[in-house]
Amino acid sequence: MVKYFCCADLLKSTWDQVCIAFWQRYPNPYSNHVLTEDIIFREVTPTNCLISRRLLTKTSRAPRWMERYLPKHMASSAYIIEDSIVDPQKRTMTTFTWNISHARLMSVEERCEYKINPENHSWTEMKREAWISSNVYGLSRAIQEFGLARFKTSISKTMKGFEYILAKMQGETPSRTLAETATERARETALAAKEKAKDLASHAQKKQFV
Amino acid sequence: MNSVGEACTDLKREYDQCFNRWFAEKFLKGDRSGDQCTETFRKYQRCVQKAIKEKDIPIDGVEFMGPNKDKPES
Repeated sequence: MVKYFCCADLLKSTWDQVCIAFWQRYPNPYSNHVLTEDIIFREVTPTNCLISRRLLTKTSRAPRWMERYLPKHMASSAYIIEDSIVDPQKRTMTTFTWNISHARLMSVEERCEYKINPENHSWTEMKREAWISSNVYGLSRAIQEFGLARFKTSISKTMKGFEYILAKMQGETPSRTLAETATERARETALAAKEKAKDLASHAQKKQFV
Repeated sequence: MNSVGEACTDLKREYDQCFNRWFAEKFLKGDRSGDQCTETFRKYQRCVQKAIKEKDIPIDGVEFMGPNKDKPES
């Protein structure tokens, strides 16, 4: 069983600007979960399309209830591949993104198509499709539901990040306010402190056993 | 943004800068007059491909636009 999801999005920037921003979108204030980014293949085809493969490392936290079904030392990050084709003649960009880590547990495949908005040529429309599946016996449905929910929240982050970079490119002050940034910082600091405390606690526990 | 190979980040940034200029000023405008980023790309690839091997990242044989093939058009 595969969960299918489809939605449309709109970016109020030209297709050219969106493509330029696509290559510069990390880091942005909404991409703290993206740890590394690399181009590992790139070529211009004889038909003048640009094809690229990007390798990303992202943090991947499983929810509590899922943790006990996972291998104890499972990496807390995942490798993602994002292939893309930019066709400057047709003015289309197509991307296909999927995880190559933990794929048996949960596989998320996403396809996006960026085109000029037919009603307003200075805007770009996106069609986003996703296929979410899991092969964990007895849990696949629950994991797929979780994956879909998380995928939906990630879309809003992606879009905010995109808009942030587009605004920055166009020399505007990104709409994220100082207060918003401060709240985010505070949240991150709190999270870091919590992680550190957990770490200390587990060290302390280990020592007890020695 | 950092590279997956810690030692490659500087090479990556140098390449990214070159690519972004070429992409915006030439590629999108249909100007096919050569790409000055070839050499920086080669250096960066040498570094990052080595890092991928060392970290055992399973990218070998993964087809372009890979698992997309069997998907319904819908």
